[in-house]
Amino acid sequence: MARSFAFWSERPGSAGPSRVYLDYGGLSPVDPRVVAVMRPFLEGGVGNPAAPHSLGLEARASLDGARAKLARLFGGAPGGVIFTSGATEANNLAVKGVLARAAGRHIVTSTIEHVSVLNPCRDLEKQGVSVTYVGVDGEGRLDPDDVAAALRPDTALISIMAGNGEIGTLQPLREIGRIARARGIPFHVDGVNAVGRLPLSVDECGIDLLTVCSNDLYGPPGAGALWVRADVKLAPLILGGGQERGYRSGTENLPAIVGMGVAAELARAERAAEAARLARLRDRLLHEVLARVPGARITGATGEARLPHHASFVVPGVKADSVLLELDLRGVAASSGSACAALTGQASHVLRAIGCDGEAAEGSLCFTLGRWTTAVEIDFVIEVLPPIVERLRRLGP
Amino acid sequence: MAAVVPDRKIDCVGLFCPVPILKVREAIAALAPGQTLEMVADDPAAEADMKSWAARTGHALLAIERHGTVVRFLVRKTR
Repeated sequence: MARSFAFWSERPGSAGPSRVYLDYGGLSPVDPRVVAVMRPFLEGGVGNPAAPHSLGLEARASLDGARAKLARLFGGAPGGVIFTSGATEANNLAVKGVLARAAGRHIVTSTIEHVSVLNPCRDLEKQGVSVTYVGVDGEGRLDPDDVAAALRPDTALISIMAGNGEIGTLQPLREIGRIARARGIPFHVDGVNAVGRLPLSVDECGIDLLTVCSNDLYGPPGAGALWVRADVKLAPLILGGGQERGYRSGTENLPAIVGMGVAAELARAERAAEAARLARLRDRLLHEVLARVPGARITGATGEARLPHHASFVVPGVKADSVLLELDLRGVAASSGSACAALTGQASHVLRAIGCDGEAAEGSLCFTLGRWTTAVEIDFVIEVLPPIVERLRRLGP
Repeated sequence: MAAVVPDRKIDCVGLFCPVPILKVREAIAALAPGQTLEMVADDPAAEADMKSWAARTGHALLAIERHGTVVRFLVRKTR
């Protein structure tokens, strides 16, 4: 890899790495190759893409270059890319933007979507839109037949995530896409976690709208995109100068967008090898934690049905917060459920949906691996986690 | 219950989980034990969240009243 991060490197003479970062799902470092390309766009000499002078023209060319690079990652037409401030905005735009133009007043989504899909749906419910939240099985997988059964004559949108950030489960997008296509209903996919890690093609999966996140591809935070098929009717959420073909006004965040384009290109080139490498590390972590932590269970699916960089567990008898604190003291950064879950003490909506309630869900641990994750780091977690759990269990709740 | 005049009111209409709970937590911290807080919200998840939060923190959830789509919560700070 281009550079090893100083604070994640091995500390000479110590028992393990000084810092183990396994929260790529929370935030990923920006790839140094991306930073290098972004630098001139931050340091000057570039105009506003809408400007009439030559610097504006160059900016416009850079913007369209990024559009083409991003679209190539998932096989979409470049003209369908609408750059946004991130995946949250893209999800909001997909849900609210489609419903604003549709005659139908019904949405089909799942119980385990990201809150940036669920909350716009709930907001629309207040305005009289009805929403069917299709349930999942114990591994968090949707049955395409359940999606088909939820459809109504007035269904205006199907919105299903590609891969869940909390339990790692992938959804049967092709099957759902076929159902959507047969019924002529726009199909939105929140592609965060999956785009750039899996060979996802909008045509093969019948996707009409796709949410992509820059930082998820090791691009800068603060950028994202909604890709929209040409025949989908959409209304903008943000009005102003008519940038992004009128679907997202506001001067484009050109440094971040250019960075996102490079990140997409790198992801496309390195995806297959990197996904296989991470899946091996993931499986080692999953397997060893199950073997060494009594009672631990994997949440979500396994093998091919799981995001390659994602390992998650419930550990009965311990609070996730306590384990995470202990891991942090040993230099390991990982995560648990949602902010909401931490505040209210409830299991997150995802864990409830897969039937992990109450005590079991308090022990939910989520490790997300990434481009700079090494076998040394995984081995370190495998070493330190079992005694932490054992000690906390001895201390009691 | 006799009408309690809340010591502080917060309006969380239009906001979604976890924001109403965050605001309640913040407002409760600024009150003295025995004082009351009124929170109104229209997030369908607010009721379950408030019940769970109250059970977890030990503050008393005195009332949950539904007024159309808006729910009014009354909480007394216990400690």
